[in-house]
Amino acid sequence: MTPFTTLDGKAVPLDMANVDTDQIIPKQFLKTVEREGLAKGLFYDLRFDEAGNPKPGFVLNQLQYAGASVLIAGDNFGCGSSREHAPWALLDFGLRCVIAPSFADIFYNNCFENGLLPVTLSEPLVRKLMDEAKGGNHVFSIDLAAQTVMTPSGETVSFEIDAGRKEKLLKGLDAIGETLQHEGEIGTYEYKRSLSTPWLEARA
Amino acid sequence: MSGKTLYDKIWDAHVVANEANGETVLYIDLHLIHEVTSPQAFAGLRAHGRAVRRPDRTLAVADHNVPTEGQARGVGAVADPEARLQLETLGRNVKANGIEFFPMGDIRNGIVHVVGPEQGRTQPGMTIVCGDSHTSTHGAFGALAHGIGTSEVEHVLATQTLRQRKAKNLRVTVDGELHAGVGAKDIALAVIGEIGTAGGTGYVIEYAGSAVRGLSMEGRMTLCNLTIEAGAKAGLVAPDDKTFDYLQGRPASPKGGAWEMAYSYWKTFFSDPDAKFDREIRLKAQDIPPLVTWGTSPEDVVPVTGSVPDTAAIADETKRAQVQRALDYMGLASGQRIDEARIDRVFIGSCTNSRIEDLRAAAEVARGRKVAAHVQAMVVPGSGLVKEQAEAEGLDAIFIEAGFDWREPGCSMCLAMNPDKLMPGERCASTSNRNFEGRQGRGGRTHLMSPAMAAAAAVAGRIVDVRSLA
Repeated sequence: MTPFTTLDGKAVPLDMANVDTDQIIPKQFLKTVEREGLAKGLFYDLRFDEAGNPKPGFVLNQLQYAGASVLIAGDNFGCGSSREHAPWALLDFGLRCVIAPSFADIFYNNCFENGLLPVTLSEPLVRKLMDEAKGGNHVFSIDLAAQTVMTPSGETVSFEIDAGRKEKLLKGLDAIGETLQHEGEIGTYEYKRSLSTPWLEARA
Repeated sequence: MSGKTLYDKIWDAHVVANEANGETVLYIDLHLIHEVTSPQAFAGLRAHGRAVRRPDRTLAVADHNVPTEGQARGVGAVADPEARLQLETLGRNVKANGIEFFPMGDIRNGIVHVVGPEQGRTQPGMTIVCGDSHTSTHGAFGALAHGIGTSEVEHVLATQTLRQRKAKNLRVTVDGELHAGVGAKDIALAVIGEIGTAGGTGYVIEYAGSAVRGLSMEGRMTLCNLTIEAGAKAGLVAPDDKTFDYLQGRPASPKGGAWEMAYSYWKTFFSDPDAKFDREIRLKAQDIPPLVTWGTSPEDVVPVTGSVPDTAAIADETKRAQVQRALDYMGLASGQRIDEARIDRVFIGSCTNSRIEDLRAAAEVARGRKVAAHVQAMVVPGSGLVKEQAEAEGLDAIFIEAGFDWREPGCSMCLAMNPDKLMPGERCASTSNRNFEGRQGRGGRTHLMSPAMAAAAAVAGRIVDVRSLA
């Protein structure tokens, strides 16, 4: 997994609460057996009209936000379906950090599996960051090790993040590789279970 | 020391290792997979030269993008090439890894959260995961069950464990008697309406109280299924005689001496009387009316006798704008009665409401009545076995006689990955779980409700209180 350490980039304000993963990446883009190439489906119904033409009113279509790498959104971002295609699509589009007052659980987990940093800040702070992001001619600086976001006006705000998750992103750890270091314990657990709950361990 | 909750007990029984960083390596008893969220996981295993650790603890179905007609013609006849590729890829992956698979057309195939319980694979005290958010359904059996992403699917395939952080305990107690015409779907919508779609974030919800105990296993599955729509990690109902009766004799249920052992083990899974919950919510069953959603979030609930929000009465500007946006999308006027909303389509199905009891409830309403002339209504059974049972009971004949389309099993128009979808602007009375913008088809307008209410809407041609049908 690509590590996340620091990021300097433009931010795009998406002033919507409860952005669900169906909106982030609609169902017709889930019929793939690949992880790549999903940028074309990101926020599809919001970005494009029924004829497939870009909707000029949507922030991600506005020239001043082209090349943004930070998305600032409302409460409960990523609710709904567990589809990991949502973080895949955000990353494929070039977005590497999402800032919101809160995230839905499965989406939040999925971010850490892919090197996408979800930053949780209070509602007033998110609102302030959105205001600073408007207009597009700016740079936000995110430092995961220091747990800070520096806004274009030079203000530094701190965010909380679980230490284990932070380490995983900083180092780009392979979770499966880490867990396989416990292979002996997994085997012991299965052996004990074959005695205590044998109906679960009877191999077909 | 206070006692343990049901969640605490299941968690404790599955700890393989505790990491210094606060993560626990938790053993997974059952891993359900399907065609949409597994291909990249198998590709990841191949890229790293890793094997599936426990194919025998894994079960595969084809449900999300299968067509709901012509399944006997096989995967080769699936018209959509992308869907066909996913179905074929799943077939190859399960074969290469020795995983049990019910392919499209097999009578045991169906929606993953219908099939697991039906086969007796879902059992009390288990940990169950699937790359699908509605895995919470299996909590109805007192199993800790939740959705995961594709990277985690790969993790479980490789290690049969998951790295987890423990959630907090929330108990929702529903006591009293439900009114006639009110069921599990209404309880679930009442809970979501009460706490909001993010209200359960960070919690595992245990449902308790006499009204929950009174629900059938199917009803409990509906309730736990919708727990994810409240943002919670998982939903749980402690197992009892109804649970054990349901499991007795299922293909994968333990038999003979193993059954006796399992039965004693399962009976230990309940919250101790002195267990401490981080949060408690109480609802009175008699206060719950038949509910429907009016907006584009499952928390947008209203009694069928009520009205959609009046934007003029909302003080908060941001909230008012959100409500207005939802009303505009739904094509509803501020403050209008919800039962004045004329519908175009009806969908009875999904992992929320496609089990035999759901079909019986809908058929009871449809019996001797006709679907309104302007409405197109479809019934999609949750599995081949549900379909067979319904046909043995003559429910298919009732539906067909009333003018419903009787389909083959799958996720169908719940998420519209297959050919079943709403056209822009169409309004649908749906027994599914999400009324998000575009969920059932771009521009489609979804009103969530119970199977009986959806059948009533089909007959009336508009949203209607099922209790008012003559």
